[in-house]
Amino acid sequence: MTGYMIFVARRFGQLLLVVFLGISATFFITHMTPVDPVAETISVITNFGKSDPEAIDLMRKTLTELYGLQGNVFEQYVTFWSRLIQGDLGPSLSAFPTPVSQIIFRALPWTVGLMISATLISFVLGNALGALAGYYRKSRILKIISLGLIGLQPIPYYILAFILLILFGFVWPILPITGGYEMNADLDLSFALVLDIIRHSILPALALVLVGAGSWLTGMRALTSNIVTEDYVTFAELGGVGSTRILRSYVVRNAMVPQLTGLAMSLGAIFNGTVITEIVFGYPGIGTLLINAVHAGDYSLVLGLASLSIVGVAIAVFLIDILSPLLDPRIKAE
Amino acid sequence: MFTIVRDLIRYNIEFAIGLVILLLLIGAVVLSFFSPYPPSDIYVVPPDMPPDAEFWLGTTSRGQDTFWQLMIGLRNTLGFGIGVAFLSRILSLVVGLTAGYAGGRTDRVLMAINDSIMVIPQFPILVLFYFVLKDDMNWLMLVLILSALGWSYDARLIRSVAMSLRTRPFTTQSVYSGMSMRKILVEEHLPYVMPIVFATTMNNMIWSIGMEITLSVLGFTDVDTPTMGQMIYWANSHSALISGIWWWVAAPVGAIVILFIGLFLLSMSMNEYIDPRSRLNRMGN
Repeated sequence: MTGYMIFVARRFGQLLLVVFLGISATFFITHMTPVDPVAETISVITNFGKSDPEAIDLMRKTLTELYGLQGNVFEQYVTFWSRLIQGDLGPSLSAFPTPVSQIIFRALPWTVGLMISATLISFVLGNALGALAGYYRKSRILKIISLGLIGLQPIPYYILAFILLILFGFVWPILPITGGYEMNADLDLSFALVLDIIRHSILPALALVLVGAGSWLTGMRALTSNIVTEDYVTFAELGGVGSTRILRSYVVRNAMVPQLTGLAMSLGAIFNGTVITEIVFGYPGIGTLLINAVHAGDYSLVLGLASLSIVGVAIAVFLIDILSPLLDPRIKAE
Repeated sequence: MFTIVRDLIRYNIEFAIGLVILLLLIGAVVLSFFSPYPPSDIYVVPPDMPPDAEFWLGTTSRGQDTFWQLMIGLRNTLGFGIGVAFLSRILSLVVGLTAGYAGGRTDRVLMAINDSIMVIPQFPILVLFYFVLKDDMNWLMLVLILSALGWSYDARLIRSVAMSLRTRPFTTQSVYSGMSMRKILVEEHLPYVMPIVFATTMNNMIWSIGMEITLSVLGFTDVDTPTMGQMIYWANSHSALISGIWWWVAAPVGAIVILFIGLFLLSMSMNEYIDPRSRLNRMGN
């Protein structure tokens, strides 16, 4: 086995450990609850109709089994894992008897699509502007842009999304402010639908990009202004290499790797931002799903969403970690 | 200490602005103790009054004076941020210094826990806590939960410094002169990482206050303690913007933006103070 394979295997072991610890934490947090999910469910169901004691007893038995709540905590923990490995997250309560996994997978493409496009746009935009601002230090326009983006960075996602909503929803209403597509759109794949989906994603994506780009810009600018003072850059300048080429081949290339590592670190935080932004704009992803599940008291859906987000972020971080040694030979795969 | 602050004010405009904002906030906190109305009482003044000479920032639909609500809210929000920052600093110092100094198996175990917390998506976990605790989710509980989630990144930073401190001659000397590990960490290594701790405190406050606001706005915290997020929550639930009570929303949003910019400027200037290279850059300009 080569050194790289050993590195990947070890990182994979770490991934499994992180997923295991994270999901275990989720399990134990939910089992600290004083709330009895079975009793809650029964009270919700019996609100709608008559209740005879025998039927309730049967219902209690079925629900206890469905939620995996028989036995002591340890037995429940084992049941929980054995079901999770088979991909069984139990039935949802708010949309009984649809399986939780089915509901989640309906919402997932929206979140992943929004998250990936917003992350990539802010990463490219922030790094490009940061490299330019670090290289052309005298430019006034670049200074103003940098200051603006850096100033937006500390503002919480919710507040920024809210400001955008007011600006483009009430003050200058040019963009749809809620939902992922037109209410009555027919969901066959067509050009009009794609256009509509893009239109609806502009504001949520903008909120994420505006907050995200500033930190990439600051990092890249600092890296670039350090690299610019290196001997090999001065040498290239004296040798008459064009500034575009210096920037592209000597400066940006060397500054990219720490930024890519940063990308992995920020994924967890981006996920937080996506969830919140979705809620503000009523975007049909897992963020909105999560909040609705909490309001509906949907025990298994909340548990499923939390587990899924841990797995998702851990895998994303793992992928970026194992890719970075391939991009830069200086990072040793140890 | 005094000379450092004086030089920072003189040569670092970000620090000076940040300091002014900080002083304004402290002023607001002091002022909040003179509030003529108890913080959670409603219908103490006529509702929906626009800003004028008597009610500087107008009144809310719940019959509260927006100005005094804002002052009390700022106090609670700041207290919240400081509480989380303080507790999570202690955690990150203990874990970071121990892991960096001890190395080996201790380091690996601590860093495995550290990394797990670092990648866990915090927002779903916080929502989960609310879902589980419901009415038991009070202000102190949220401080504890956020502190438990907010130390990992800084522990890694501190660990990296501690690892280099371990190889320095003075550490070896302390070991040979019979100092205990606890004593070495507290008396020898702690002073070296204090600047990092101060700089990360600001970042931690930005993060924790942001989380608190988001959770409050969604109604996922104790909505009876006035904070910045709680003000927006009540304004939203009374559809303040649609009914034209804009000052009810504008006051907390404006205060939050100023608060965050102040904290951010302070954290930026402190980072710069710690990193000598960027200090040289500034002098060069």
